[in-house]
Amino acid sequence: MEALLDIRELQTHFQTEAGVLRAVDGVSLRVREGETVCIVGESGCGKSMTAMSVLGLVEGPSGKVAGGEVRFGGRDLLRMSRQELRTLRGHELSMIFQEPMSSLNPVLTIGRQIAEPLREHLRLGRKEAMRRAVELIREVGISRPEQIADAYPHELSGGMLQRVMIAIAVSCKPKLLIADEPTTALDVTIQAQILDLLRGLQAKSGMALLLITHDLGVVAEMADYVIVMYAGKVVEEGEVERLFREPRHPYTQGLLRSKPVLGQVREELYSIPGQVPNPLELGAGCAFADRCEFAMDRCRRQEPPLAPVGSDQQAACWLHGKEG
Amino acid sequence: MSVANGRLAVQPGAGRSKRSSIWGDAARRLIRNKLAVSGFLVVALMFAACFLGPLFSPYADNKINMAQMNRPPSASHWLGTDALGRDVLTRVLQAGRISLTVGLASMGLSVALGALLGIVAGYYRGIVDQLIMRLADLLLTIPSLPLLFIAGALLSEWKVPPDSRMYIVMIMLAVVGWPGLARMVRGQILSLREREFMQATTVLGLRGRRRLLGHLLPNLVPLLIVIATLNIGGAILSESVLSFFGLGVTPPTPTWGNMIDAANNMIDFEKRPWLWIPPGFSIFATVIAINLFGDALRDVLDPKQRR
Amino acid sequence: MSTYLIRRLSYMLLILLAASFLIFALYALTPGDFISGNIKLTPERKAELRMIYGLDQPLLDRYLTWMGNALRGDFGISLAQQKPVLTLFQDYIWNSFLLAAVSTFFTWLLAVVIGVLAAYRQYSWFDSLVMVLIFAAMSIPSFFIGLFLIKIFAVDLHWLPPGGMTTTGSNAEGWAYVLEVADHMALPAAVMTLLGLGSLTRYFRSNMIDVIKQDYIRTARAKGLPERKVLFTHALRNALLPAITLVGFELPALFGGSLIIESIFNWPGIGQLYMKSFGLRDYPLLMGFTMFIAVLTVVGTLLSDLLYRIADPRVNL
Repeated sequence: MEALLDIRELQTHFQTEAGVLRAVDGVSLRVREGETVCIVGESGCGKSMTAMSVLGLVEGPSGKVAGGEVRFGGRDLLRMSRQELRTLRGHELSMIFQEPMSSLNPVLTIGRQIAEPLREHLRLGRKEAMRRAVELIREVGISRPEQIADAYPHELSGGMLQRVMIAIAVSCKPKLLIADEPTTALDVTIQAQILDLLRGLQAKSGMALLLITHDLGVVAEMADYVIVMYAGKVVEEGEVERLFREPRHPYTQGLLRSKPVLGQVREELYSIPGQVPNPLELGAGCAFADRCEFAMDRCRRQEPPLAPVGSDQQAACWLHGKEG
Repeated sequence: MSVANGRLAVQPGAGRSKRSSIWGDAARRLIRNKLAVSGFLVVALMFAACFLGPLFSPYADNKINMAQMNRPPSASHWLGTDALGRDVLTRVLQAGRISLTVGLASMGLSVALGALLGIVAGYYRGIVDQLIMRLADLLLTIPSLPLLFIAGALLSEWKVPPDSRMYIVMIMLAVVGWPGLARMVRGQILSLREREFMQATTVLGLRGRRRLLGHLLPNLVPLLIVIATLNIGGAILSESVLSFFGLGVTPPTPTWGNMIDAANNMIDFEKRPWLWIPPGFSIFATVIAINLFGDALRDVLDPKQRR
Repeated sequence: MSTYLIRRLSYMLLILLAASFLIFALYALTPGDFISGNIKLTPERKAELRMIYGLDQPLLDRYLTWMGNALRGDFGISLAQQKPVLTLFQDYIWNSFLLAAVSTFFTWLLAVVIGVLAAYRQYSWFDSLVMVLIFAAMSIPSFFIGLFLIKIFAVDLHWLPPGGMTTTGSNAEGWAYVLEVADHMALPAAVMTLLGLGSLTRYFRSNMIDVIKQDYIRTARAKGLPERKVLFTHALRNALLPAITLVGFELPALFGGSLIIESIFNWPGIGQLYMKSFGLRDYPLLMGFTMFIAVLTVVGTLLSDLLYRIADPRVNL
């Protein structure tokens, strides 16, 4: 079966004063219909930029998608005209962001902001779109939807605003929803509610979900398949249970060890030594080599390719390399 | 979070920043800005032409030449001659000396006055601050053009000799110009105080006061440089308005403003544009060059204000 | 809200009172007056007139009389025109307002459109061109550009009249009158628009640049809205909001006329009236005018403050 979203060798580069920054450097991933895929990684690893590239929201003049393919429903988004891509955005392909507080326009009512994509993509009339907006507000679990539709963003809490963002995103029944750290800016109790809401909507409509997060708890709860990114590249990927049980890349192992586990007492919470490298100063070898306890000579000279390790799992690490 | 908005903020060279490199860095970025460089070149050229040009002119003595009255531009008089047979190009350059000097000097005065009062107000606060800022409010309430006109009229009534009028015009412009400056400087001091004061008093106890001044003043320098540069243009414009209406520097001392006064004469206006158009374009070229340069300076010295 | 307003209003009155005294003292200080400048009068007649106008009284007494009358809405009688100052203002102010309103309208319209487009294409050649033109507009000596355009369009090309508001001796009525005024207004309005355009375009450009970087603009794009809607519905609304405070600052310019432009173009407005009266040392009128502008400035500042508080629901009093 062909994947709904199929990203191949995506390259997104930024022109900076100090040189070309490869924010996304040869990322490939697939999302099948109805599936939930999580991209995990520390901030700055290129996971958000991957999502922005898919939607064509990377802003010039400094940044641009420099290569690769992004196939969605069989068509390459990168080779579409701006106009064609625009008609897909918010319609078959939508996105929600990390900061619900700043992601809604402060001078427009909530109802109007939800109605906009309905009018644009489904060509609904003003009244019909508004009626539908109120329904959507109810569907994302907000009480008094009529009043909320007339409210302005600053009158609502962060959790409510993220629900509104979700209502906007699912308004046109997308096939794929990309959620970029949707719970990071919210209180812990609210986080769980938002994830429940996403799961519920997914179950009802069968949309696929590409969830970007740095929180392994979220991954464990939501994902079917996990992609681990480091310094603009995919370092490991696999089916969720297998990856959690048997992480093969030292970076993934480090991430899992640094996650507190309930009921398990540890002396000290583990943290991966060192810092994320400056993406402008990457050498020829593995980007993680400087922080890796297993680093070998070869790691600093030659970059390991992403290769299968067992079934349904791949890692980019010389420890598992067949040859050499 | 604009970082996530498809842009990446990269801090270049974290860890190798040195105190002196702030200025070096600014200079390098300034040189890369084409508009700033051309602005600077035009200003430099204008200064050189006005202060050195007349030395090479055969007409610098301004002798009255009845045989050469009101001639249009020609090979011997590039911008023609005026009603007294004087060379207009030489006059424009000589006028430029006065206009540029008045612009520079009144900028110097108003920045000095505004910075001093702003620092005093922002540093001492309390009653001193109240007095200075209320005075500034008052001066900002009264429209400045009528204020300058009254002052100009006073000069005329008191029969101030034309030579010294130039200096009084500088003072007039400074008096009108300082309140806005003082406000800006005071605002800057207050915001710096918020940051530095907390540190200084808690960490250093009594020595806080001295450190405060030592820290505040250097922090003001970039702002003052930018304000001063942009102010020269404004001062040149104000002087030209006053002199055009006969209330600033008056003939025989030439300035760009009072040379344009020729346009008040119907015949000169319609038939002898070489008398008043060159000084007008001189003002325009000088002020636009100064403003372009000043804005680029703001960009490199005051990143907060960056637009 | 009300305590804030009371504090603001009382400070406003205090400043105006101080300003009025300063204005009065300055004009009183200016040597030479309308009477001594008139060579047709005998010394006895001059002394008599001085007494009538109260010019022989001490400064403070004169100020109190003037202020007392002013508070009752009487700014005295113009010595040159022998009409109450306020009546003269009423005759001239609407001409000023007409010119200022038309040019303010065009200034804002052009500034918004150019500012939005330049911000949208930041760093493009169009943006650089706009930046240079902004600085050009901010650097033009107003009187010179006026003279220069009169020379070109009126004297040389004969396309437009050189000055005034109507053609001398014309009795045009109705539609023809409107066209005649429009014809005369074209040049001064263009110059005033040009002079105001620089800083306002710059303001809108930089506001838009800030707004375009906001997360909600990204959301609007992610929704698949066309760029036109992203810019003019989502971005422009937010960029215009802070501009509301500028409306108050336009107040003195709208009603106070322009000394320079009205003089150059011989436009029968309140600014030109001031310039004429200045030559004649017609003090009641000069003081009245300066005070009028001071009041407009203070009221405008207050208005700006209040508008900002009303416009942005996030600001509390």
